Amino acid sequence: MIELKDITKGFGDKEILKGVSATMESGKVNLIIGASGSGKTVMMKCIVGLMKVDSGSILYDNQDFTAMDHRAKKEIRQQIGMLFQGSALFDSMTVEQNVMFPLEMFSKDSLKERKKRVDECLERVQLKDAAKKFPAEISGGMKKRVGIARAIVLNPKYLFCDEPNSGLDPQTSLLIDQLIKELTQEYNITTVINTHDMNTVMESGDHIVYMYQGQKQWEGSNKEIVFSKDQQLNDFIFASEFLRDAKEMRQLDMFKDSKWKDQLEEQLKRDGKK
Amino acid sequence: MEFRFFYHFGNFLLMLKGMFSRPENMKMYWKQFMQQCVDIGVGSLGIVFIISLFMGGVTTLQTAYQLVSPIIPKSTIAQVVRDTIILEFAPTLTSIVLAGVIGSKIASELGNMRISEQIDALEIMGINTKGYLILPKILAATLMIPLLVAIAGFLGIWGGKEAGVLSGVLSSEQFMMGLRQEFKAYNVFFAMAKSYTFGFIIASVSAYYGYNVQGGALEIGKASTTAVVVSCVLILFMDYALTAILL
Repeated sequence: MIELKDITKGFGDKEILKGVSATMESGKVNLIIGASGSGKTVMMKCIVGLMKVDSGSILYDNQDFTAMDHRAKKEIRQQIGMLFQGSALFDSMTVEQNVMFPLEMFSKDSLKERKKRVDECLERVQLKDAAKKFPAEISGGMKKRVGIARAIVLNPKYLFCDEPNSGLDPQTSLLIDQLIKELTQEYNITTVINTHDMNTVMESGDHIVYMYQGQKQWEGSNKEIVFSKDQQLNDFIFASEFLRDAKEMRQLDMFKDSKWKDQLEEQLKRDGKK
Repeated sequence: MEFRFFYHFGNFLLMLKGMFSRPENMKMYWKQFMQQCVDIGVGSLGIVFIISLFMGGVTTLQTAYQLVSPIIPKSTIAQVVRDTIILEFAPTLTSIVLAGVIGSKIASELGNMRISEQIDALEIMGINTKGYLILPKILAATLMIPLLVAIAGFLGIWGGKEAGVLSGVLSSEQFMMGLRQEFKAYNVFFAMAKSYTFGFIIASVSAYYGYNVQGGALEIGKASTTAVVVSCVLILFMDYALTAILL
Protein backbone atom coordinates (compact mmCIF):
# COMPACT_ATOMS: atom_id res chain seq x y z
CA MET A 1 0.00 0.00 0.00
CA ILE A 2 1.22 3.48 -0.80
CA GLU A 3 -0.02 6.46 1.18
CA LEU A 4 0.43 10.09 0.17
CA LYS A 5 0.14 12.52 3.04
CA ASP A 6 -0.40 16.16 2.16
CA ILE A 7 2.29 16.32 -0.52
CA THR A 8 3.15 19.59 -2.21
CA LYS A 9 5.43 20.25 -5.12
CA GLY A 10 6.17 23.43 -7.02
CA PHE A 11 8.51 24.76 -9.69
CA GLY A 12 9.56 28.31 -8.93
CA ASP A 13 6.44 30.29 -8.14
CA LYS A 14 4.11 27.75 -9.66
CA GLU A 15 2.59 25.26 -7.27
CA ILE A 16 1.81 22.00 -9.10
CA LEU A 17 0.67 19.76 -6.24
CA LYS A 18 -1.28 21.48 -3.49
CA GLY A 19 -1.42 19.19 -0.50
CA VAL A 20 -2.50 15.91 -2.04
CA SER A 21 -3.41 13.01 0.23
CA ALA A 22 -4.43 9.67 -1.20
CA THR A 23 -4.03 5.94 -0.70
CA MET A 24 -2.98 3.45 -3.37
CA GLU A 25 -4.28 0.06 -2.30
CA SER A 26 -2.35 -3.17 -2.71
CA GLY A 27 -3.61 -5.85 -5.08
CA LYS A 28 -5.68 -3.23 -6.87
CA VAL A 29 -5.34 -1.14 -10.00
CA ASN A 30 -5.15 2.44 -8.73
CA LEU A 31 -5.70 5.13 -11.32
CA ILE A 32 -4.62 8.75 -11.26
CA ILE A 33 -6.77 10.61 -13.75
CA GLY A 34 -7.12 14.24 -14.65
CA ALA A 35 -6.79 16.73 -17.47
CA SER A 36 -3.41 17.69 -18.91
CA GLY A 37 -1.63 19.99 -16.47
CA SER A 38 -3.57 18.75 -13.47
CA GLY A 39 -0.38 17.46 -11.84
CA LYS A 40 -0.79 13.71 -12.23
CA THR A 41 2.59 13.12 -13.94
CA VAL A 42 4.39 15.23 -11.32
CA MET A 43 2.54 13.28 -8.65
CA MET A 44 3.65 9.96 -10.10
CA LYS A 45 7.25 11.19 -10.42
CA CYS A 46 7.14 12.26 -6.78
CA ILE A 47 5.79 8.88 -5.69
CA VAL A 48 8.58 6.96 -7.44
CA GLY A 49 11.19 9.43 -6.25
CA LEU A 50 12.19 10.94 -9.58
CA MET A 51 11.17 14.28 -8.07
CA LYS A 52 11.47 15.42 -4.49
CA VAL A 53 8.33 16.65 -2.75
CA ASP A 54 8.49 20.10 -1.15
CA SER A 55 6.50 18.93 1.86
CA GLY A 56 4.41 15.99 2.99
CA SER A 57 5.30 12.34 3.05
CA ILE A 58 4.96 9.23 0.90
CA LEU A 59 4.67 5.92 2.72
CA TYR A 60 5.46 2.57 1.10
CA ASP A 61 3.88 -0.02 3.39
CA ASN A 62 4.21 2.41 6.32
CA GLN A 63 7.87 3.24 5.54
CA ASP A 64 8.40 6.94 4.93
CA PHE A 65 10.05 7.10 1.48
CA THR A 66 10.61 10.86 1.68
CA ALA A 67 12.63 10.57 4.89
CA MET A 68 14.78 7.63 3.76
CA ASP A 69 18.49 7.83 3.06
CA HIS A 70 19.85 7.00 -0.38
CA ARG A 71 20.51 3.34 0.40
CA ALA A 72 17.05 2.69 1.85
CA LYS A 73 15.47 4.42 -1.16
CA LYS A 74 17.45 2.16 -3.46
CA GLU A 75 16.01 -0.88 -1.69
CA ILE A 76 12.47 0.39 -2.17
CA ARG A 77 13.19 1.20 -5.80
CA GLN A 78 14.30 -2.35 -6.43
CA GLN A 79 10.73 -3.37 -5.54
CA ILE A 80 9.31 -0.95 -8.09
CA GLY A 81 8.59 -1.74 -11.72
CA MET A 82 7.66 1.07 -14.05
CA LEU A 83 6.20 1.25 -17.52
CA PHE A 84 6.99 4.60 -19.11
CA GLN A 85 4.84 6.52 -21.56
CA GLY A 86 7.39 6.04 -24.34
CA SER A 87 8.32 2.57 -23.01
CA ALA A 88 11.94 3.76 -22.34
CA LEU A 89 13.48 0.61 -23.75
CA PHE A 90 17.26 0.56 -24.19
CA ASP A 91 17.79 1.10 -27.92
CA SER A 92 21.06 -0.79 -28.12
CA MET A 93 19.63 -3.96 -26.58
CA THR A 94 17.30 -6.59 -28.00
CA VAL A 95 13.90 -7.25 -26.44
CA GLU A 96 15.38 -10.19 -24.54
CA GLN A 97 18.34 -8.15 -23.30
CA ASN A 98 16.00 -5.35 -22.19
CA VAL A 99 14.02 -7.77 -20.04
CA MET A 100 17.21 -9.47 -18.85
CA PHE A 101 18.83 -6.17 -17.79
CA PRO A 102 17.28 -5.80 -14.28
CA LEU A 103 18.07 -9.47 -13.59
CA GLU A 104 21.69 -9.06 -14.68
CA MET A 105 22.02 -6.01 -12.47
CA PHE A 106 20.33 -7.29 -9.33
CA SER A 107 19.77 -11.04 -9.44
CA LYS A 108 22.24 -13.59 -8.15
CA ASP A 109 20.56 -16.37 -10.13
CA SER A 110 22.51 -18.41 -12.65
CA LEU A 111 22.37 -17.48 -16.32
CA LYS A 112 20.08 -20.46 -16.98
CA GLU A 113 17.63 -19.36 -14.28
CA ARG A 114 17.71 -15.77 -15.52
CA LYS A 115 17.00 -16.87 -19.06
CA LYS A 116 14.14 -19.01 -17.81
CA ARG A 117 12.64 -16.02 -16.00
CA VAL A 118 13.01 -13.80 -19.08
CA ASP A 119 11.29 -16.46 -21.19
CA GLU A 120 8.46 -16.65 -18.63
CA CYS A 121 7.95 -12.88 -18.71
CA LEU A 122 8.09 -12.70 -22.49
CA GLU A 123 5.66 -15.60 -22.68
CA ARG A 124 3.36 -13.78 -20.24
CA VAL A 125 3.22 -10.72 -22.51
CA GLN A 126 3.09 -12.94 -25.63
CA LEU A 127 6.34 -11.69 -27.09
CA LYS A 128 8.55 -14.75 -27.17
CA ASP A 129 8.83 -14.57 -30.95
CA ALA A 130 10.18 -11.02 -30.78
CA ALA A 131 12.93 -11.81 -28.26
CA LYS A 132 15.80 -11.20 -30.69
CA LYS A 133 14.38 -8.00 -32.18
CA PHE A 134 15.54 -4.49 -31.34
CA PRO A 135 13.06 -1.86 -30.05
CA ALA A 136 13.26 -0.02 -33.39
CA GLU A 137 11.93 -3.13 -35.13
CA ILE A 138 8.74 -3.60 -33.09
CA SER A 139 5.40 -1.75 -32.89
CA GLY A 140 4.31 0.69 -30.16
CA GLY A 141 2.03 -1.91 -28.54
CA MET A 142 4.83 -4.47 -28.51
CA LYS A 143 7.19 -1.91 -26.95
CA LYS A 144 4.67 -1.37 -24.16
CA ARG A 145 4.49 -5.11 -23.57
CA VAL A 146 8.28 -5.36 -23.45
CA GLY A 147 8.18 -2.46 -20.96
CA ILE A 148 5.70 -4.44 -18.86
CA ALA A 149 7.84 -7.58 -19.07
CA ARG A 150 10.89 -5.61 -17.94
CA ALA A 151 8.88 -4.00 -15.13
CA ILE A 152 7.68 -7.34 -13.73
CA VAL A 153 10.81 -9.42 -14.25
CA LEU A 154 12.04 -8.83 -10.67
CA ASN A 155 8.60 -9.58 -9.18
CA PRO A 156 7.95 -6.02 -8.01
CA LYS A 157 5.66 -5.12 -5.14
CA TYR A 158 4.68 -1.88 -6.83
CA LEU A 159 3.97 -1.32 -10.51
CA PHE A 160 3.70 2.17 -11.99
CA CYS A 161 2.41 2.83 -15.49
CA ASP A 162 2.61 6.28 -17.02
CA GLU A 163 -0.11 6.56 -19.66
CA PRO A 164 0.20 2.94 -20.80
CA ASN A 165 -2.32 3.42 -23.63
CA SER A 166 -1.00 6.59 -25.19
CA GLY A 167 -0.47 6.22 -28.91
CA LEU A 168 -2.14 2.82 -29.07
CA ASP A 169 -5.24 1.72 -30.97
CA PRO A 170 -8.32 0.81 -28.86
CA GLN A 171 -7.85 -2.95 -29.23
CA THR A 172 -4.19 -2.88 -28.22
CA SER A 173 -5.08 -0.54 -25.36
CA LEU A 174 -7.60 -3.08 -24.15
CA LEU A 175 -4.99 -5.84 -24.27
CA ILE A 176 -2.53 -3.73 -22.27
CA ASP A 177 -5.23 -2.89 -19.69
CA GLN A 178 -6.16 -6.53 -19.33
CA LEU A 179 -2.55 -7.57 -19.01
CA ILE A 180 -1.87 -5.00 -16.27
CA LYS A 181 -5.03 -5.99 -14.42
CA GLU A 182 -4.20 -9.69 -14.60
CA LEU A 183 -0.63 -9.13 -13.44
CA THR A 184 -1.83 -6.97 -10.55
CA GLN A 185 -4.09 -9.74 -9.31
CA GLU A 186 -1.66 -12.56 -10.12
CA TYR A 187 1.26 -11.08 -8.16
CA ASN A 188 -0.81 -9.00 -5.68
CA ILE A 189 0.98 -5.83 -6.82
CA THR A 190 0.10 -2.28 -5.86
CA THR A 191 -0.44 -0.89 -9.35
CA VAL A 192 -0.65 2.84 -10.02
CA ILE A 193 -1.65 4.00 -13.48
CA ASN A 194 -1.59 7.52 -14.74
CA THR A 195 -4.11 7.74 -17.56
CA HIS A 196 -6.50 9.76 -19.69
CA ASP A 197 -8.08 6.69 -21.17
CA MET A 198 -11.72 6.37 -20.18
CA ASN A 199 -11.81 2.76 -21.19
CA THR A 200 -9.08 2.05 -18.64
CA VAL A 201 -11.05 4.00 -16.05
CA MET A 202 -14.18 1.96 -16.58
CA GLU A 203 -12.54 -1.45 -17.09
CA SER A 204 -9.62 -1.40 -14.67
CA GLY A 205 -10.18 1.35 -12.13
CA ASP A 206 -10.47 -0.50 -8.84
CA HIS A 207 -9.53 2.72 -7.13
CA ILE A 208 -9.47 6.12 -8.83
CA VAL A 209 -7.95 9.44 -7.79
CA TYR A 210 -9.14 12.38 -9.84
CA MET A 211 -6.75 15.35 -9.93
CA TYR A 212 -7.94 18.85 -10.69
CA GLN A 213 -5.59 21.84 -10.73
CA GLY A 214 -3.04 20.19 -8.47
CA GLN A 215 -5.53 18.92 -5.91
CA LYS A 216 -7.29 15.67 -5.32
CA GLN A 217 -10.83 16.45 -6.40
CA TRP A 218 -12.40 13.02 -6.04
CA GLU A 219 -11.50 9.50 -4.97
CA GLY A 220 -13.48 6.30 -5.47
CA SER A 221 -13.97 3.25 -7.68
CA ASN A 222 -15.14 2.78 -11.28
CA LYS A 223 -18.52 1.76 -9.96
CA GLU A 224 -18.89 4.99 -8.02
CA ILE A 225 -17.48 7.32 -10.64
CA VAL A 226 -20.60 7.19 -12.82
CA PHE A 227 -22.69 8.41 -9.90
CA SER A 228 -20.39 11.23 -8.99
CA LYS A 229 -22.00 14.64 -8.70
CA ASP A 230 -18.66 16.38 -9.02
CA GLN A 231 -19.01 18.83 -11.89
CA GLN A 232 -15.33 18.91 -12.86
CA LEU A 233 -15.09 15.14 -12.80
CA ASN A 234 -18.18 14.76 -14.95
CA ASP A 235 -16.94 17.39 -17.37
CA PHE A 236 -13.67 15.50 -17.62
CA ILE A 237 -15.03 12.00 -18.02
CA PHE A 238 -18.05 12.64 -20.14
CA ALA A 239 -16.56 15.26 -22.36
CA SER A 240 -18.52 14.28 -25.49
CA GLU A 241 -22.21 13.69 -26.25
CA PHE A 242 -21.36 10.14 -27.23
CA LEU A 243 -19.77 9.42 -23.88
CA ARG A 244 -22.68 11.03 -22.02
CA ASP A 245 -25.09 8.70 -23.81
CA ALA A 246 -22.74 5.80 -23.23
CA LYS A 247 -22.70 6.71 -19.54
CA GLU A 248 -26.44 6.27 -19.24
CA MET A 249 -26.41 3.01 -21.14
CA ARG A 250 -23.45 1.77 -19.15
CA GLN A 251 -25.06 2.74 -15.85
CA LEU A 252 -28.12 0.70 -16.64
CA ASP A 253 -26.09 -2.20 -17.94
CA MET A 254 -23.54 -2.21 -15.17
CA PHE A 255 -26.06 -1.83 -12.39
CA LYS A 256 -28.97 -3.80 -13.76
CA ASP A 257 -28.73 -6.22 -10.87
CA SER A 258 -27.68 -3.73 -8.25
CA LYS A 259 -29.60 -1.95 -5.49
CA TRP A 260 -28.98 1.36 -7.30
CA LYS A 261 -30.92 0.38 -10.41
CA ASP A 262 -34.19 2.02 -9.34
CA GLN A 263 -32.40 5.11 -8.14
CA LEU A 264 -30.57 5.41 -11.45
CA GLU A 265 -33.66 4.95 -13.56
CA GLU A 266 -35.43 7.58 -11.48
CA GLN A 267 -32.57 9.98 -11.99
CA LEU A 268 -32.56 9.39 -15.74
CA LYS A 269 -36.33 9.94 -15.84
CA ARG A 270 -35.89 13.21 -13.95
CA ASP A 271 -33.26 14.25 -16.49
CA GLY A 272 -35.73 13.45 -19.26
CA LYS A 273 -33.50 10.77 -20.73
CA LYS A 274 -35.86 7.88 -20.32
CA MET B 1 24.55 29.96 -25.01
CA GLU B 2 23.64 31.13 -21.58
CA PHE B 3 26.82 31.78 -19.62
CA ARG B 4 26.31 30.81 -15.98
CA PHE B 5 29.77 29.67 -15.04
CA PHE B 6 29.29 29.02 -11.32
CA TYR B 7 25.93 27.30 -11.81
CA HIS B 8 27.40 24.89 -14.36
CA PHE B 9 30.65 24.42 -12.46
CA GLY B 10 28.80 23.61 -9.24
CA ASN B 11 26.49 21.17 -11.01
CA PHE B 12 29.47 19.63 -12.76
CA LEU B 13 31.21 19.00 -9.43
CA LEU B 14 28.02 17.52 -8.00
CA MET B 15 27.79 15.22 -11.01
CA LEU B 16 31.35 14.04 -10.42
CA LYS B 17 30.63 13.49 -6.73
CA GLY B 18 27.46 11.58 -7.57
CA MET B 19 29.39 9.08 -9.69
CA PHE B 20 31.06 7.51 -6.71
CA SER B 21 28.90 5.02 -4.91
CA ARG B 22 29.12 1.28 -4.44
CA PRO B 23 28.35 -0.35 -7.82
CA GLU B 24 25.13 -2.36 -7.83
CA ASN B 25 26.87 -5.08 -9.85
CA MET B 26 30.58 -4.79 -10.59
CA LYS B 27 30.33 -7.12 -13.59
CA MET B 28 27.82 -4.83 -15.32
CA TYR B 29 29.96 -1.78 -14.65
CA TRP B 30 33.01 -3.59 -16.07
CA LYS B 31 31.00 -4.61 -19.13
CA GLN B 32 29.92 -1.01 -19.61
CA PHE B 33 33.54 0.19 -19.20
CA MET B 34 34.81 -2.28 -21.81
CA GLN B 35 32.01 -1.27 -24.18
CA GLN B 36 33.02 2.37 -23.81
CA CYS B 37 36.68 1.50 -24.38
CA VAL B 38 35.69 -0.12 -27.67
CA ASP B 39 33.43 2.78 -28.68
CA ILE B 40 35.94 5.48 -27.79
CA GLY B 41 39.17 3.71 -28.67
CA VAL B 42 38.45 1.46 -31.64
CA GLY B 43 35.69 3.75 -32.89
CA SER B 44 38.08 6.68 -33.23
CA LEU B 45 41.03 4.84 -34.77
CA GLY B 46 40.08 5.70 -38.36
CA ILE B 47 39.93 9.45 -37.89
CA VAL B 48 43.09 9.45 -35.73
CA PHE B 49 44.91 7.50 -38.45
CA ILE B 50 43.94 9.97 -41.18
CA ILE B 51 44.60 13.22 -39.30
CA SER B 52 47.91 11.98 -37.87
CA LEU B 53 49.38 11.01 -41.23
CA PHE B 54 48.47 14.32 -42.84
CA MET B 55 49.44 16.30 -39.76
CA GLY B 56 52.94 14.75 -39.86
CA GLY B 57 53.30 15.19 -43.60
CA VAL B 58 52.27 18.84 -43.54
CA THR B 59 54.55 19.56 -40.55
CA THR B 60 57.56 18.13 -42.39
CA LEU B 61 56.89 20.08 -45.59
CA GLN B 62 56.21 23.35 -43.77
CA THR B 63 59.29 22.97 -41.54
CA ALA B 64 61.43 22.25 -44.58
CA TYR B 65 59.93 25.31 -46.29
CA GLN B 66 60.97 27.55 -43.39
CA LEU B 67 64.44 26.02 -42.67
CA VAL B 68 66.18 27.14 -45.83
CA SER B 69 69.54 28.11 -44.32
CA PRO B 70 72.46 26.00 -45.67
CA ILE B 71 74.04 25.89 -42.20
CA ILE B 72 71.09 24.04 -40.66
CA PRO B 73 71.39 20.30 -41.26
CA LYS B 74 68.44 18.53 -42.89
CA SER B 75 68.10 16.24 -39.90
CA THR B 76 66.92 19.25 -37.88
CA ILE B 77 63.67 19.09 -39.85
CA ALA B 78 62.95 15.65 -38.35
CA GLN B 79 63.87 16.91 -34.88
CA VAL B 80 61.42 19.82 -35.20
CA VAL B 81 58.73 17.55 -36.61
CA ARG B 82 59.23 15.07 -33.75
CA ASP B 83 59.00 17.68 -31.00
CA THR B 84 56.14 19.58 -32.62
CA ILE B 85 54.12 16.40 -32.96
CA ILE B 86 54.93 15.03 -29.51
CA LEU B 87 54.54 18.30 -27.65
CA GLU B 88 51.58 19.82 -29.41
CA PHE B 89 50.01 18.27 -32.45
CA ALA B 90 49.48 14.70 -31.26
CA PRO B 91 47.89 15.57 -27.90
CA THR B 92 46.13 18.83 -28.69
CA LEU B 93 45.06 18.54 -32.32
CA THR B 94 44.01 14.91 -31.87
CA SER B 95 42.06 15.79 -28.72
CA ILE B 96 40.27 18.65 -30.46
CA VAL B 97 39.21 16.32 -33.24
CA LEU B 98 38.23 13.68 -30.66
CA ALA B 99 36.19 16.29 -28.77
CA GLY B 100 34.08 16.52 -31.92
CA VAL B 101 33.88 12.79 -32.51
CA ILE B 102 33.61 11.37 -28.99
CA GLY B 103 32.18 14.45 -27.24
CA SER B 104 29.20 14.79 -29.55
CA LYS B 105 28.58 11.03 -29.37
CA ILE B 106 28.57 11.00 -25.57
CA ALA B 107 26.38 14.12 -25.31
CA SER B 108 23.85 12.93 -27.86
CA GLU B 109 23.74 9.39 -26.46
CA LEU B 110 23.07 10.57 -22.92
CA GLY B 111 20.75 13.32 -24.15
CA ASN B 112 18.70 10.80 -26.07
CA MET B 113 18.59 8.51 -23.04
CA ARG B 114 17.39 11.42 -20.91
CA ILE B 115 14.68 12.53 -23.35
CA SER B 116 13.40 9.00 -23.96
CA GLU B 117 13.26 8.39 -20.17
CA GLN B 118 15.85 5.60 -20.31
CA ILE B 119 17.82 7.34 -17.54
CA ASP B 120 14.63 7.58 -15.46
CA ALA B 121 14.05 3.87 -16.08
CA LEU B 122 17.51 3.08 -14.71
CA GLU B 123 16.93 5.38 -11.71
CA ILE B 124 13.64 3.63 -10.93
CA MET B 125 15.46 0.28 -10.96
CA GLY B 126 17.67 1.67 -8.18
CA ILE B 127 20.78 2.15 -10.33
CA ASN B 128 23.11 5.09 -9.75
CA THR B 129 22.89 6.44 -13.31
CA LYS B 130 25.82 8.81 -12.90
CA GLY B 131 27.98 5.92 -11.75
CA TYR B 132 26.71 3.48 -14.37
CA LEU B 133 26.52 5.77 -17.39
CA ILE B 134 29.10 8.53 -16.82
CA LEU B 135 31.94 7.01 -14.80
CA PRO B 136 32.75 4.24 -17.32
CA LYS B 137 32.81 6.85 -20.10
CA ILE B 138 35.25 9.06 -18.21
CA LEU B 139 37.48 6.13 -17.24
CA ALA B 140 37.42 4.77 -20.78
CA ALA B 141 38.27 8.20 -22.23
CA THR B 142 41.14 8.77 -19.81
CA LEU B 143 42.51 5.34 -20.74
CA MET B 144 41.88 5.33 -24.49
CA ILE B 145 42.59 8.94 -25.44
CA PRO B 146 46.24 8.79 -24.26
CA LEU B 147 46.57 5.56 -26.25
CA LEU B 148 45.08 7.27 -29.31
CA VAL B 149 47.44 10.21 -28.76
CA ALA B 150 50.40 7.81 -28.61
CA ILE B 151 49.24 6.19 -31.85
CA ALA B 152 48.76 9.67 -33.35
CA GLY B 153 52.33 10.55 -32.34
CA PHE B 154 53.83 7.47 -34.01
CA LEU B 155 51.70 7.84 -37.13
CA GLY B 156 52.38 11.58 -37.34
CA ILE B 157 56.13 11.07 -37.24
CA TRP B 158 55.88 8.22 -39.74
CA GLY B 159 53.69 10.36 -42.01
CA GLY B 160 56.23 13.16 -41.70
CA LYS B 161 59.03 10.83 -42.72
CA GLU B 162 57.12 9.47 -45.69
CA ALA B 163 56.15 12.98 -46.86
CA GLY B 164 59.74 14.19 -46.50
CA VAL B 165 61.21 11.22 -48.40
CA LEU B 166 58.52 11.20 -51.12
CA SER B 167 58.88 14.94 -51.76
CA GLY B 168 62.68 14.70 -51.75
CA VAL B 169 63.08 17.15 -48.86
CA LEU B 170 65.31 14.76 -46.91
CA SER B 171 66.38 11.15 -47.00
CA SER B 172 65.13 8.40 -44.75
CA GLU B 173 68.53 8.22 -42.99
CA GLN B 174 68.56 11.99 -42.36
CA PHE B 175 65.05 11.76 -40.89
CA MET B 176 65.99 8.85 -38.61
CA MET B 177 69.12 10.69 -37.47
CA GLY B 178 67.05 13.80 -36.67
CA LEU B 179 64.55 11.76 -34.70
CA ARG B 180 67.29 10.61 -32.35
CA GLN B 181 68.87 14.04 -31.85
CA GLU B 182 68.37 15.51 -28.35
CA PHE B 183 65.38 13.33 -27.57
CA LYS B 184 63.85 14.13 -24.18
CA ALA B 185 61.66 11.44 -22.62
CA TYR B 186 60.05 14.19 -20.50
CA ASN B 187 58.31 15.45 -23.65
CA VAL B 188 56.49 12.15 -23.91
CA PHE B 189 55.47 12.43 -20.25
CA PHE B 190 54.24 15.98 -20.96
CA ALA B 191 52.21 14.76 -23.95
CA MET B 192 50.67 11.98 -21.88
CA ALA B 193 49.84 14.37 -19.03
CA LYS B 194 48.05 16.59 -21.52
CA SER B 195 46.18 13.72 -23.14
CA TYR B 196 44.94 12.40 -19.76
CA THR B 197 43.66 15.87 -18.94
CA PHE B 198 42.04 16.31 -22.34
CA GLY B 199 40.49 12.85 -22.16
CA PHE B 200 38.89 13.73 -18.84
CA ILE B 201 37.64 17.07 -20.20
CA ILE B 202 36.12 15.56 -23.33
CA ALA B 203 34.24 12.78 -21.53
CA SER B 204 33.15 14.66 -18.43
CA VAL B 205 32.04 17.90 -20.12
CA SER B 206 30.14 16.03 -22.84
CA ALA B 207 28.54 13.74 -20.29
CA TYR B 208 27.50 16.76 -18.21
CA TYR B 209 25.74 18.45 -21.10
CA GLY B 210 24.17 15.22 -22.34
CA TYR B 211 23.00 14.04 -18.93
CA ASN B 212 21.31 17.35 -18.14
CA VAL B 213 19.40 17.79 -21.41
CA GLN B 214 15.86 19.03 -20.95
CA GLY B 215 13.31 19.28 -23.72
CA GLY B 216 13.35 17.43 -27.03
CA ALA B 217 15.40 16.55 -30.09
CA LEU B 218 16.42 20.15 -30.69
CA GLU B 219 17.95 20.37 -27.22
CA ILE B 220 19.98 17.19 -27.83
CA GLY B 221 21.58 18.89 -30.85
CA LYS B 222 22.21 22.05 -28.84
CA ALA B 223 23.74 20.07 -25.96
CA SER B 224 25.96 18.22 -28.38
CA THR B 225 27.22 21.45 -29.95
CA THR B 226 27.73 23.10 -26.56
CA ALA B 227 29.62 20.05 -25.30
CA VAL B 228 32.03 20.17 -28.23
CA VAL B 229 32.53 23.94 -28.04
CA VAL B 230 33.11 23.96 -24.27
CA SER B 231 35.43 20.93 -24.50
CA CYS B 232 37.51 22.60 -27.23
CA VAL B 233 37.80 25.85 -25.29
CA LEU B 234 38.78 23.99 -22.10
CA ILE B 235 41.30 21.87 -24.03
CA LEU B 236 42.97 25.02 -25.39
CA PHE B 237 42.91 26.68 -21.97
CA MET B 238 44.39 23.63 -20.25
CA ASP B 239 46.92 23.26 -23.05
CA TYR B 240 48.23 26.70 -22.21
CA ALA B 241 48.07 26.12 -18.45
CA LEU B 242 49.88 22.78 -18.58
CA THR B 243 52.53 24.16 -20.92
CA ALA B 244 53.12 27.08 -18.57
CA ILE B 245 53.31 24.78 -15.56
CA LEU B 246 55.15 21.73 -16.88
CA LEU B 247 57.60 23.13 -19.44
